[in-house]
Amino acid sequence: MKTKRTQWTWISIGILFVFAISLVLMSCRQKPKVAARAGAAEAAIATYVAPGDLDEYYLFYSGGHSGQIFVAGMPSMRHLATIPVFSPYPSTGYGFDKETKAMLGGFNWGDAHHPSLSETNGDYDGRWLFVSDNANNRMARIDLRDFKTKQILGPISNVSGNHCSSFVTPNTEYVLAGSRFSVPLPKGSYSGIENYATTYKGIVAGIKVDPNTGEMNLGWEVMMPPFDYDLGDAGKGVSDGWGFWSSYNSERATGKLEVTATQKDRDYIAAVNWHAAEKAIADGNFKMVGGTKVIDPKDAPGVVYLIPCGKSPHGVDVSPDGKYIVGSGKLASITTVFNMEKVLTAIQNKDFKGDEDGIPVLNYDHVKDAEVNVGLGPLHTQFDDKGFAYTSLFVESAIAKWKLGTWEVVDKIPVTYNIGHLAAAGGDTMHPDGRYLVALNKLSHGRHLNVGPSQPESSQLIDITGEKMRLLYDAFTEPEPHYAQVIKADKLHPIEVYTKEENKDPNAIWDVKDASVKATGSDVTVKMLAVRSSFEPNKIEVNQGDRVTIYLTNIEQTTDELHGLGLSEYNINVVVDPGETKTIEFVADKPGVYPYYCTNFCSALHQEMQGYLLVKPKS
Amino acid sequence: MMSTNEEGTKDKKTVKQFLKKETAFFELPLSIKSRVALLLAVASLIPAFLFPLWNMSFYSNQYTDGLQMHIYVYQLEGGKTHDRDDLREINSLNHYIGMRPLLESDFSEFGWIPFAIGGLMLLTLRAAVLGKMSNVVDVFVLFTYFGLYSLWSFYHRLYTYGHNLDPLAAIKVKPFTPPVFGEKVIANFTVYSYPDIASYALFAFSFLVLLGIFLSRKSK
Repeated sequence: MKTKRTQWTWISIGILFVFAISLVLMSCRQKPKVAARAGAAEAAIATYVAPGDLDEYYLFYSGGHSGQIFVAGMPSMRHLATIPVFSPYPSTGYGFDKETKAMLGGFNWGDAHHPSLSETNGDYDGRWLFVSDNANNRMARIDLRDFKTKQILGPISNVSGNHCSSFVTPNTEYVLAGSRFSVPLPKGSYSGIENYATTYKGIVAGIKVDPNTGEMNLGWEVMMPPFDYDLGDAGKGVSDGWGFWSSYNSERATGKLEVTATQKDRDYIAAVNWHAAEKAIADGNFKMVGGTKVIDPKDAPGVVYLIPCGKSPHGVDVSPDGKYIVGSGKLASITTVFNMEKVLTAIQNKDFKGDEDGIPVLNYDHVKDAEVNVGLGPLHTQFDDKGFAYTSLFVESAIAKWKLGTWEVVDKIPVTYNIGHLAAAGGDTMHPDGRYLVALNKLSHGRHLNVGPSQPESSQLIDITGEKMRLLYDAFTEPEPHYAQVIKADKLHPIEVYTKEENKDPNAIWDVKDASVKATGSDVTVKMLAVRSSFEPNKIEVNQGDRVTIYLTNIEQTTDELHGLGLSEYNINVVVDPGETKTIEFVADKPGVYPYYCTNFCSALHQEMQGYLLVKPKS
Repeated sequence: MMSTNEEGTKDKKTVKQFLKKETAFFELPLSIKSRVALLLAVASLIPAFLFPLWNMSFYSNQYTDGLQMHIYVYQLEGGKTHDRDDLREINSLNHYIGMRPLLESDFSEFGWIPFAIGGLMLLTLRAAVLGKMSNVVDVFVLFTYFGLYSLWSFYHRLYTYGHNLDPLAAIKVKPFTPPVFGEKVIANFTVYSYPDIASYALFAFSFLVLLGIFLSRKSK
């Protein structure tokens, strides 16, 4: 009896043991704690802009392959406007009138990559916003007086893949440009891909900006080895007078670059002394390539140097005082900090370790101050007002905050997900504001209502006033911001109407009695005005095949009284702001009667604001 | 000399006695309870075919819900949601560091492990029917060998995957072994690796077989 009881005791213990072990194993299966949504109320208050109140900052996002610039208010992150730059945009009639059509130069899109605000003494002056086109090698200037694209320069000769652009020098002397995709030069010439390493050429360039008008012209170009020039920044303070470009593919490889261009441990940052470049051009020390003055570094020593930088660097960012050049090797886990004083000393002492196509290469160890262990996949760095740097970590999906000088990483915040660039308020100027940081994330999965496979991009607003970074808000944009600029709202003074006095268009009319339709042979000229709630004239009679030109003036002088002219089945929609005149050109090739009407809702009688284009068929 | 001889004889005697005892043990008949325990042991192996043996999950800032990989005795399965195929995702990510894609067809284990478990089930049934202690001991020994070999094989797999990285990979990482049990940080991922139901089934099997031995350990 006793034996039996002992036996069952043992069996029970055994069963309990199996359970216990299973429980222990299962409890080991720990999962990371999901970050609590702590501080939601504080974050809500920090980002809440009450109805009728205004945001404190403007946020200018590049719109990537949408070809546009998005404008948001910060800290609310509300989208306020879209400024069309490289793509037609029916909302504002951009790309439909003669003037903007000419500016687009026949292209239907561009890849708006990096916006840069104009600067005076190294700080934003609120005059212009420049943005580069990675696809069609152009540079655009938006006037912040009216938030309109005023000039598109290019396609810039010899520049191919204008990605490492549009960073401005401290007094907006230059906007930087360059080639991400080296090609045989001049463009249009042919050489087989097997000759890539020798006959394909890269370019870095400075686009000269007129200090009064903002008008851009090609300043100088430097012929470079066929690396992929990726990003840039202009020197300031200690490094004023220099432009920096990061590059990958110093392997000079072709084919599957994911493999072939990632084999070297170091690529280069190109440093151009733009005063020396100006001098070389002035001295006639250049070649004409593609109708442009191009400096060959072999013939012009002192113009360009190469700084080795840890693996396939993306961002090259200059600290507010200009002393440190921060190069982020996107395939490394460190960010490298170069000391400009050491760079200048090395150049002075000709302390070079070799050359690439005649361009001196500096010794990494002699010019580097620190390798900061920021984390995986560092891409791009911004700065605050307290001596901290913020580096985006693509692979890790995080931002690292680190101290300039001690090189200590003091904080890290996860972002959702896969951050590309980041933009701090004044974060690339000599006097950063240091209040807000925006993480421009590539993936947004699961952070918003599902809108199908084409998902929006995510921008996260982060408070950087405290020791710890604090996530405040998730905002979403259309594809695809690559970089942004954040400027204090009081630095801008935009207009709301174009005054009659400043409208210099000789074809503008301001009175109904001046409205006219005049035919000269098969050319029909219409002087039309739009005012609440009619177009004058409200009928246009032409013959099939006539070339029609309409000069449309919105004679309103009141804020927000926009009118649009949509012409049915003629693929035309032009929007005129108060006081603005635009030119519409088309051939009346389809016979019949076509209504035109106001597309931009204007008044109680908006529906009545309409007219007819009557096209008499050829007999 | 004498004493040594005496001791030798004594030793021989002891060994003989021991062998006799052991032989007697192996010859013991199995009680009904033991046979029931063995039948239960066979039944306990059924979940081994239905549920994962091991789970690995990969957490990072981008994947706060974790990428899941379930290792069954016969297949490799990634977590699947309507918008994500985890195994595909794991392989896409691994390609950056030059790791070979995890392909079911590369795992010979998926062929022989189900076969081995089936064999063990049949041997256990045989032991239950024939009702002899030696058969049960055979099963236990074979099972232990099978279990240890499988664990080693699993470890070896992980080691091979983590140590044969393509030298041309875009991102170079130090060779590593993903965790067999527990938690490990690899690049931006925290990897968790733990046994699952099929493993518990195997564990229950070994317990029930031991129980079968235990219940008939003494002759009646």
